[in-house]
Amino acid sequence: MSILPETEVKEKLKEILSPYSGKKDELIPILQEAQEQFGYLPSEVMLEIAKFLRLPESTVFGVSTFYAQFKFSPTGRKKVRLCRGTACHVRGAQRILEEVEKYLGIKPGETTEDLEYSLETIACFGSCALAPVMVVGDNVYGRMTPKKVAQILSNAKSD
Amino acid sequence: MSFAEIRNRARAEWEALEGSDKPRILIGSATCGRAAGAGPVLEAINATLAQHNLEAIITQVGCIGLCYTEPLVDIIKPSRPRICYGNVTPEIIPQLIEDYIINDNPRPDLALGTLGEGSIDGIPKLFELPMLKPQVRIALRNCGIIDPENINHYIASGGYSGLEKALGMAPEAVIEEMKKSGLRGRGGAGFPTGLKWEFCRKSPGTIKYVICNADEGDPGAFMDRSLLEGDPHAVLEGILIGAYAIGATDGYIYIRAEYPLAIQRLKVALQQMEQYGLLGDNILGSNLSFHVKIKEGAGAFVCGEETAMMASIEGKRGMPRSRPPFPAQSGLWGKPTNINNVETWANVSAIMQRGADWYASYGSEKSKGTKTFALAGKINRTGLIEVPMGITLQEIVNDIGGGIPGGKQFKAVQTGGPSGGCLPASRLNLPVDYESLTEAGSIMGSGGMVVIDEDTCIVDVARYFLSFTQAESCGKCVPCRLGTKQMLDMLENICNGQGKPENIDLLLEVSKQIKAGSLCALGGTAPNPVLTTIRYFRDEYEAHIKEKRCPALACTELISFYILPDKCQGCGICLRDCPSEAISGGKRMVHVIDQDKCIKCGTCLEVCPERFGAVVKISGEEIAVPKEPVPVTAAKPNTET
Repeated sequence: MSILPETEVKEKLKEILSPYSGKKDELIPILQEAQEQFGYLPSEVMLEIAKFLRLPESTVFGVSTFYAQFKFSPTGRKKVRLCRGTACHVRGAQRILEEVEKYLGIKPGETTEDLEYSLETIACFGSCALAPVMVVGDNVYGRMTPKKVAQILSNAKSD
Repeated sequence: MSFAEIRNRARAEWEALEGSDKPRILIGSATCGRAAGAGPVLEAINATLAQHNLEAIITQVGCIGLCYTEPLVDIIKPSRPRICYGNVTPEIIPQLIEDYIINDNPRPDLALGTLGEGSIDGIPKLFELPMLKPQVRIALRNCGIIDPENINHYIASGGYSGLEKALGMAPEAVIEEMKKSGLRGRGGAGFPTGLKWEFCRKSPGTIKYVICNADEGDPGAFMDRSLLEGDPHAVLEGILIGAYAIGATDGYIYIRAEYPLAIQRLKVALQQMEQYGLLGDNILGSNLSFHVKIKEGAGAFVCGEETAMMASIEGKRGMPRSRPPFPAQSGLWGKPTNINNVETWANVSAIMQRGADWYASYGSEKSKGTKTFALAGKINRTGLIEVPMGITLQEIVNDIGGGIPGGKQFKAVQTGGPSGGCLPASRLNLPVDYESLTEAGSIMGSGGMVVIDEDTCIVDVARYFLSFTQAESCGKCVPCRLGTKQMLDMLENICNGQGKPENIDLLLEVSKQIKAGSLCALGGTAPNPVLTTIRYFRDEYEAHIKEKRCPALACTELISFYILPDKCQGCGICLRDCPSEAISGGKRMVHVIDQDKCIKCGTCLEVCPERFGAVVKISGEEIAVPKEPVPVTAAKPNTET
């Protein structure tokens, strides 16, 4: 399943692959670039990447499923990421997560039906001094409280 | 261009900036500054300047480490010391600019301190503040001071003079200098850097690699991010010196994709180096030719481990392998490879700039120099600090960190992330060095330091770390893959009140097996949080298991909320806000929580007006309260049902 027509996927992929020479160590950067462009890694894209790098398809699947960054189904237009780092944990990240789950009606790893939001938890953002931390798209929100959740997410919606 | 010319040009630019007749405004714009709201503050600055038709030089700097008071804005007026303002909001900016830049009132009430020469009445020196006074800034020497995207600022502050000096020495002499400095790996393991370089130098082969480990994966750690965002050239100069000493031709910086700003600053820095001939063939006219590539991690904690990181750079699954052969003999693509962490590299450049003896004058006998720590958790002054080795935990937590907020009791300080441990109040007198922390059951680690107070359950902290290592275990070694799962199951049971008395001994036994049977440090250290918490807080484990009680009142399954009939005034706020409709009551009626419906979210406790204080949270006991709402006046203390 893909969100784009086949020809368009092929064209985009060609563009993604053009700066690369086909060396095996380029696999992860290519996967990252493909995910950036498509929002996730459609299986036909991974098959093409395998051909390009002359790697067994199993290797491409093996590598991509090893790393937490890679997604294999479409994700929402806005990524809501909750930090689960130590400092956030002791400062009540769990309550923030519960509030976000309630507001969006999804659990971590899921996407809302309208493909508007995806919810993820991240091991640590490294903004521990501002714990607990939530990231919506590229915006980092520190010193979160359960009350701020609805306010931030409703603002994000109108963007 | 020779280095002397480069330096002269950089100094001229710096002096022109220092001598400028325009006011300068510096804004802390590292990730944490941005998270605290530096963006809107910058917009307000621009708007205010435009409104008053004022000209000023605006510089976005890195993090000076005072994260608790972000966003930070510094203002420098000609021939005046730099003033640092904390907790700046967009609302305060128009007034501040009007008062200080236009009317020359430095607003001591808003200022944190001054930097540089001279003083201003009513404003202390920034580096005399309790948070900064005990600190010695070597790795972080330029963070928050210079523009991280301007190589000239770095060079004018002595940058790349360490490289220039190294290039004038024999590679072996550079290695000797590193050995003399006593520098040890700042990634946590503490292996002597000079020795590590020597192994790699002596390995046969013409192609050798140098790697910078910027895969800062420990939750609760952000030293490397701050350093790369605030002063990328300090790290890059170190890498060049290492490459020269080892005889490497290519380098990689393996950095977490979660750090986009650090990646961008590195890219800018690498471009500037190329322009100045500090990268590429025959660097500064020497025989050193060296190229650097940035490799972005893809979200696997285990890739912080040397052999896993090399597998990942090669485009494979990031799984560790057995050693020997060590990377110094056979690393990336089978070639001799040297890996050091970000902070180590930043120390290398400082050592070459100022000398091994100067560096070794800081620190303790076996741990020389300084260490950065990310101070976070339940502490008043969170931030990024750099302290001389040998300082006590007590000084860090109380003097620098300013103690625990809200008058709460200190419980433990967690060092070393998931590989480290929790040290109790009785260990606060420990000096911070590799040996002391290891002896106490924790590790120095990369520098995460999370303070835990009485409201945090220590068993839950152990469970938290095990859930992390269990999820991040790559699965190669069975004791790590299955053992962490078994430990996590037991810890979850204990937190849920299902723990069995034999669990504690079993946890200790499984820990031993995991430590002995894992190839890499992930498994080798995964049990540490459990081992130290059992060692120092066994009574908390026993309270959970034997009394079904969570002393910190944190484990959801073991706590309950009650409304005290003698205090409830029947205001109805808790009833209205309860998300699970577990509260019944009415106007002027004592409200009652249905314990079966209660999801223990704590909302009732949060919203109950302070003057009533009618909601209590308890564990391991029951309180007699009415079963149905009763009129407020009828309620007496200890009402029997």
